[in-house]
Amino acid sequence: MLKKALIGAVALTALSAAQAQAQYSDNKIKIGVLTDLSGTYSDLAGKGTIIAAQMAVEDFGGKVNGVPVEIISADHQNKADIASSIARKWYDAEGVDAVAELVTTAAAVAVREVSKERGKIDLISGAASTALTNAKCSATGFHWTYDTAALANGTANAVVKNGGKTWYFLTADYAFGHDLQAQTERVVKANGGEIKGAVRHPFPNSDFSSFLLQAQASGAQIIGLANAGADTINAIKQAKEFGITQGGQSLAGLLVFITDINSLGLETAQGMMMTTGYYWNRDDETRAWSKRWSAKMDGKMPSMVHAGTYSSVIHYLKALAAAKTDDGMKVAEQMRAIPIKDASGFAINGKIRADGRMVHDMYLAQVKKPADSKAPWDYYNILRTIPGDDAYQPLSESKCDLVKK
Amino acid sequence: MMTLFGIPAGALFGQLLLGLINGAFYAMLSLGLALIFGLLNIINFSHGAQYMMGAFVAWLGLTYLGTNYWVALALAPLIVAAFGILLERTMLSRLYKLDHLYGLLLTFGLALIIEGFFRQLYGISGMPYAVPKELAGGWNLGFMYLPIYRAWVVIASLILCLGTWVLIEKTKLGAYLRAATENPALVQAFGINVPVMITLTYGFGVALAAFAGVLAAPIYSVNPLMGSNLIIVVFAVVVIGGMGSIMGSIVTGFMLGLLEGLTKVVYPEAAGTVIFMVMVIVLLIKPAGLFGKGA
Repeated sequence: MLKKALIGAVALTALSAAQAQAQYSDNKIKIGVLTDLSGTYSDLAGKGTIIAAQMAVEDFGGKVNGVPVEIISADHQNKADIASSIARKWYDAEGVDAVAELVTTAAAVAVREVSKERGKIDLISGAASTALTNAKCSATGFHWTYDTAALANGTANAVVKNGGKTWYFLTADYAFGHDLQAQTERVVKANGGEIKGAVRHPFPNSDFSSFLLQAQASGAQIIGLANAGADTINAIKQAKEFGITQGGQSLAGLLVFITDINSLGLETAQGMMMTTGYYWNRDDETRAWSKRWSAKMDGKMPSMVHAGTYSSVIHYLKALAAAKTDDGMKVAEQMRAIPIKDASGFAINGKIRADGRMVHDMYLAQVKKPADSKAPWDYYNILRTIPGDDAYQPLSESKCDLVKK
Repeated sequence: MMTLFGIPAGALFGQLLLGLINGAFYAMLSLGLALIFGLLNIINFSHGAQYMMGAFVAWLGLTYLGTNYWVALALAPLIVAAFGILLERTMLSRLYKLDHLYGLLLTFGLALIIEGFFRQLYGISGMPYAVPKELAGGWNLGFMYLPIYRAWVVIASLILCLGTWVLIEKTKLGAYLRAATENPALVQAFGINVPVMITLTYGFGVALAAFAGVLAAPIYSVNPLMGSNLIIVVFAVVVIGGMGSIMGSIVTGFMLGLLEGLTKVVYPEAAGTVIFMVMVIVLLIKPAGLFGKGA
């Protein structure tokens, strides 16, 4: 009798000890995907990032140490105020543990402030600005997929080395455009190139002919497009119309997503060089993952933001399991400690730095000629792999106060 | 090199010519709006969505049926006009006796629904549409390279605008239409079917928007929001020209295109706002618009 009771007591203690080991508030893990579901960025990010986050949860088995994981989502409409109020509601009232995706720098910065205050995790994928790992950095904030520095380094370096010494910029007249132009100018000058001028166009803008003629008149070899989305598409389409590319000048798209190329068509986009953090048709691993994603997305193929969201969410789940708690600081420590590797083939040689930058290999890609494209969405030739440390801003230059000088 | 206002003359001419091309789009779209407002008293906020539908019908035809640009130019306005007529018969016709605001809200709501529908089906990034082979290439004018397609846009737009003006102001049909706006009961008493005439007018206004949409497809990204980006500017053009004035909207459309072109050279950052500044000034000095018939 006594023996039985003893065994029972031991068993009970062991059980409660196991429970005490893993502490997750409300016995649930909730990840909020906050993205643009209806506006300009809803193709390159949008619904596809929710699908990607759900795939990450499925691939992880749906549970962290027996605690179920749930994905919720909302549309921030690319507005900072909407983004921050949703994040506040999620954290304070709905028990959300981390916010993922966050396309549009303004929205990402607004949510970063909220997350930082509450010690919660943010996993930024779609936003571009390096501010997120400099002045706005956070111990529990991560910038996963790409940034303006990596884009500028990748594309401008390659273009200048190929002989494109003189540059003229068409720049979207808001923070992102200015940032991207400044980063690119730095790289061009460092490589011995020359800036012939720049024109700031209203955002958004549909007719670029006037700006293209100014760029043409400048005589610069390279016209750098420091803009994104529909602006970039319109500029490229009209550059072809005005014979810019036939006249010997080349375009450098500084932020181009595969969804933009799909919209332009290969006939118009062929030959253009760009930097990307992911290409679905790069190897067997990326193809396998992308085809699974594609099956849920009507045959489209993922952009780097989609794959980046998957990669960041599944890494977060691994860190949760390792930390055995959902405490932001402890999970963030684990995120930095454990190796980054997942089924999407996204984070090659990935590592997270003190400033929250997830540094990984980037790719210099060139758009294929229509004749060379073998399948739908078969758009890029990968010219070169850019090692993460060469692509991203060196940690020594980071203005983040978490970086020990 | 010769300079004007401190700008090389060549660059200036080039920019003015481009301004004229953009003006052609403003003119075509504001013409349709002015026509609908003048004769139906409806502020047609779904005009931008109907312009977008024109471009999408062209793209759908090319992609699924292989119909070329010229067929699209003829058929897309008819298809979109038929859709417009359906809207007019089932919904808009109930609002003619109410305040303008009701028509505005209804058409605005419709625009959001139409755009949402296309966004759901085709995403936001847009679809490729190539310049037709016959109009590919361009001429080197010495001071600029003029794509043949852009020249075609200006010519097509001028013909369309002037044709419409003649139809409304100089023909018997136009006279009936204008009379029907003044006093529908009396015109009806003369044996003219006023409701049918009004419906066809709305259809025609919508067809103009769709025609502009097809013209725009090879130049701009064919995406669900292409109309909503343009429609606000076009409304400003209509307000400046004088609500309901046909010639006013045509002239103002081209004029503001030129002004915008000039701004893009002198101070590009203001190119997005210059038209609205003109609108404010015109509203303060001449509230009925430059060509309006008194408030």
